[in-house]
Amino acid sequence: MDTVILSRVQFGLSVGAHYIFPTVTLGLTLMIMIFETMYLRKGKEVFKETSIFLIRILALVFVMGVATGLVLSVTIGTNWSSFSRLVGHVFGPALAAEAIFAFFLESVFLGILLFGRSRVSKRMYWVSALLVTVGAHLSGLWILIANSWMQTPAGYVLAPDGTIVIVDFMAAIFNPSLGIRFLHTMMGGWIGGAFLVAAIGAYYHLKGRHIEVSHTLVKYSMMVLLVTCLAMPLVGHLQSVQVANTQPAKLAAFEGLWDTQSNAPLSLFGIPNEGEGYTGLYLGAPGMLSFLVYFDFNAPILGLNAFPARDRPPVFLSFTTYHTMVGIGMMMAGFLLLGAFLAWRKKFWTTRWYLKLLVLIMPLPFVSNEIGWVAAEVGRQPWIVYGVLRTENAASTVVPDWQIMTSLVLLAAVYGFLYLLFLTRLRKIVLEGPKRADAPSAEGGAY
Amino acid sequence: MSLDLLQSACFVFVGLFFAAYTVLDGFDLGIGILFPFLGRTPMGKRTLLKALAPVWDGNEVWLLAGVTVLLGAFPAVYATVFSGFYLAVILTIVALMMRAVSFEFWSTEEGPRRLWDMLFTAGSLIPPLLLGIALGNVIEGVPLYLKEYNGTLLTLFRPYPVMVGILGVLVVSIQGASYAAMKTTGELQERARRLRGKLLLVFPIALTVLAVLTYAAVPVHLGGIVAWAGIALAVAAWVSMMVPRVASSDRLVFLASSATIGSLWLVAGGLLFPDLVRATTPEIPEHIPLTVYNSSSPEGTLLFVVAVAAIGLPIVVIYTFFVYRVFKGKVTPIA
Repeated sequence: MDTVILSRVQFGLSVGAHYIFPTVTLGLTLMIMIFETMYLRKGKEVFKETSIFLIRILALVFVMGVATGLVLSVTIGTNWSSFSRLVGHVFGPALAAEAIFAFFLESVFLGILLFGRSRVSKRMYWVSALLVTVGAHLSGLWILIANSWMQTPAGYVLAPDGTIVIVDFMAAIFNPSLGIRFLHTMMGGWIGGAFLVAAIGAYYHLKGRHIEVSHTLVKYSMMVLLVTCLAMPLVGHLQSVQVANTQPAKLAAFEGLWDTQSNAPLSLFGIPNEGEGYTGLYLGAPGMLSFLVYFDFNAPILGLNAFPARDRPPVFLSFTTYHTMVGIGMMMAGFLLLGAFLAWRKKFWTTRWYLKLLVLIMPLPFVSNEIGWVAAEVGRQPWIVYGVLRTENAASTVVPDWQIMTSLVLLAAVYGFLYLLFLTRLRKIVLEGPKRADAPSAEGGAY
Repeated sequence: MSLDLLQSACFVFVGLFFAAYTVLDGFDLGIGILFPFLGRTPMGKRTLLKALAPVWDGNEVWLLAGVTVLLGAFPAVYATVFSGFYLAVILTIVALMMRAVSFEFWSTEEGPRRLWDMLFTAGSLIPPLLLGIALGNVIEGVPLYLKEYNGTLLTLFRPYPVMVGILGVLVVSIQGASYAAMKTTGELQERARRLRGKLLLVFPIALTVLAVLTYAAVPVHLGGIVAWAGIALAVAAWVSMMVPRVASSDRLVFLASSATIGSLWLVAGGLLFPDLVRATTPEIPEHIPLTVYNSSSPEGTLLFVVAVAAIGLPIVVIYTFFVYRVFKGKVTPIA
């Protein structure tokens, strides 16, 4: 097989396996921060118990994140060496800043969070929790600076020999899509982490176990979820507008829009047929796409036919992942509104079907985060750096096929093994449940 | 700052991060390598893991920092080495992944402990061996064509690089035994001291063999003042560990062992500079080596990388020092 295809599969697999863990970390650290702050202020033991329980989950998630993330630090060189040669001077510094300014902070203070509660003052412990949280988010910021530059490159000029020369570093860092992408991704992470917390709390309530901790878990995570899930459609909308302005071919693929038109419809359903160039079973809200992007029903939107076939992203995958993500997002907003309504009518804890549903749909935000990332990256194709460098020209040229095949099989097996371990261990932590805060081994870590 | 000064500064920073990684994650890896001999009982093993648990996450970031600074400052080197040494790199990473999970799952008593024992030791042995082999390769020189690697997987396993890998395994093992002796008590501590003593006797032999091989493999004029100073310091650090006053303090031995590692990196840097990936036949124009001058990012990027490293490094050192202080002292054994 083509080495570029193999490398793309391997990269997709690697990032896909990794992406869940750092995003959950964002939400988990946020929740831990809330409970540690409540504990510092009110001194109630239940907040400490709740936090210790979540820190045990964080420890597991973090190890998985480190294990799966290691590959990514080398894969840009092993499989994408032409990319490294051509744009490593833009991409590399962002990753270096991530390691030095963010990941160190997160990893070093995680030691205190997991094992140091009895060794530092209450206030210092709180500061450590804060630094882990800040580190996790800064880490996301630098990674997204690198990723956003690939989506909306800025601050560079193309030299006559085709090399990419950076002329304005600040413009490259604060490239056009960074702000909204950062907000969108962080919120996706908060929702994922908070949803996990809420689902575990609801599970305990349904089983009649750890009631005090259960209600603390659910109450605070649902407040976070209510705000984030209701704000998400707006943030998602703003990101789509950003895509429309900077990556029109991607927007056309997301929408399954083939012909350039004013009064462009917002697609609600469809099955794009790339060979024939149309979208089957199409259901759209007339004019809404033009309106949402430009606040003007008559504004024209570029269709896929406006781009040569070799410059179009894979339409089917872009379309379906984008629509599933939006669908899940809308559903979650509705689900949270319903929860708020139940809480307002004081029926939240007695509505067992709602709590059961909360446990059941727990995977959805994770699915949404994963495929949202797929939509963003596949929609950028055939470019690895949008409009500048094609993915097919970015791969390594000296690696023999058999070696890539070997690494792909090896990594696939390793990821399978890791996920098996992760789920087994997560299940065990949840079944064990929170320990009393005064228990002798009540530290977050495994010892 | 002028361009060549920036290029040299980045070379130093890359070396500094890798050296710090070898010193800090070195004792994690060393304890992993010695795990079966040192830990022996479940209680011993548990105590060893307890000594590493709060700090190993942070230690591992030094490798990430070194790799990303290399990418930012010398993208061509990163590209050539990582794609050229492909399977060796992937294997190193998979080993580090296995080490991370076996660490976590050993302590939570999930799954068969013998599997975790095995993965923990293998996952700790492979990275210093292969990283050492990689270092030996770029020092001795590899087949290059138009700045791309032009050898096979087997090309990497020549005597000289393999010997560098073996020395790497040896020094992190010494580092691990030294850390264990410093952090534990009783029988475990005695075992660590005995192992440390034996390994310290092997060290001068391995170093001499490597020195002879280096003399044969690398043109002598390249071993400038820095490399010689490094050798002198490494030998001095080793000798100091034989002095009773140092030998009686586990803490001082650990510091001396760390100094040995730092000195050896000085030797590596001195031997290599200004090259980064040496070529087997550098006289042929298509086969020129990768140097700090012909493989670096443009000036703006280098300035950014140097600024990030120069600002970030002291801050990282300060809070890492703080966290080590929080966890200072012996670990209490757990049954």
